[in-house]
Amino acid sequence: MPTDSNTERPLAEEAPTSSIEKTTPSQLVAALQHEHPEWILEVIEARGEVTAVVPREHLVAACSFLKTAPGAQFDFLADLCGVDRGVEEEPRFEVNYHLFSTTIYHRLRMKVLVNEDDARVPTVTGVWRTANWHERETFDLMGVVFEGHPDLRRILLPDDWQGHALRKDFPLRGYEPYSLK
Amino acid sequence: MGLENIISAALPEVLTTRLDSLINWARKSSLWPATFGLACCAIEMMNATSSRNDLARFGSEVFRASPRQADVMIVSGRVSRKMAPVLRRIYDQMPEPKWVISMGACATSGGVFDNYAIVQGVDKIVPVDVYIPGCPPRPEMLIHAVMMLQEKVMKESSRNRRDVRDEDARQAVVPGTLPVTDGSTARQNVLPESRPYTIASKHERRRSS
Repeated sequence: MPTDSNTERPLAEEAPTSSIEKTTPSQLVAALQHEHPEWILEVIEARGEVTAVVPREHLVAACSFLKTAPGAQFDFLADLCGVDRGVEEEPRFEVNYHLFSTTIYHRLRMKVLVNEDDARVPTVTGVWRTANWHERETFDLMGVVFEGHPDLRRILLPDDWQGHALRKDFPLRGYEPYSLK
Repeated sequence: MGLENIISAALPEVLTTRLDSLINWARKSSLWPATFGLACCAIEMMNATSSRNDLARFGSEVFRASPRQADVMIVSGRVSRKMAPVLRRIYDQMPEPKWVISMGACATSGGVFDNYAIVQGVDKIVPVDVYIPGCPPRPEMLIHAVMMLQEKVMKESSRNRRDVRDEDARQAVVPGTLPVTDGSTARQNVLPESRPYTIASKHERRRSS
């Protein structure tokens, strides 16, 4: 009947998953912790945002699960960035993955913590192709090496630059030869 | 270039001054800039060429995209250390006589960006004739700078004209390729070869050492 509004007729593909669509990211992470406890080390919830700390061995498995699972569907890697927590901190670097779902419109953040002397993380380029340049940027500016990356080289700094510019112990300003004399 | 030098070497001084006036008048009246708009100052440079402040009134009729056809390079915007070799290469591709206007605070001295990535003054790379302060400078300031450059061109003499030597181009500071800031040269006792802190413009008759 023409007077029926469209909202009364559920679309065929929405009906079976409507109960799962109500899952919030925190429920999602709790369910994930239940199913795969070794995937999640720690969950942080603050200001309405959910952060899951993931060990780097299970990173790719967790990411590909989160990309395709019907309740999660995080098909959009909004950001991949590195953090230098400080020269004295014990896992010195962290890599943040900001995930967004363009179908369910919820967000999740995943963190991987690595030490300074073993700053290697497996690449998620196979899961989201946009990670290619983001991982190049993180390598360029922080020095975190992404294993399995198809083309890991500098992207922002000149190719013959020495050092990683956004580390906390990299000097802010100056040309070295001039500062000697 | 060579012909003027030969003629002015052959003629007595009173005649070369007339020749100079003619040559300099011709050069200053049609200074064609090369487009080197890098950042925000480029917007003001575009404004200076648009109809409200018209730079073409002063001879800069066209902004040549090819440096081979340009007289003056207006470096407008911050120069990163990755861009510095490119800037030098474009400058080297310009034929003599050529001048450089450094537009804005970032091109003059690094501007607000006193950090690892930005060259602190484009005169470390190319010799600059006119500096324009401002962030960004108004289009009228760019026009004023072009007029100052025209006055500078009028004061030149064909007896003092020299072509850029190859050594200048080779020794120009190309900061993007310096091995830098990992502390290695501090440990090595490297004496940097003596060269001026900034490259002086070759159009100055009197050089401060």
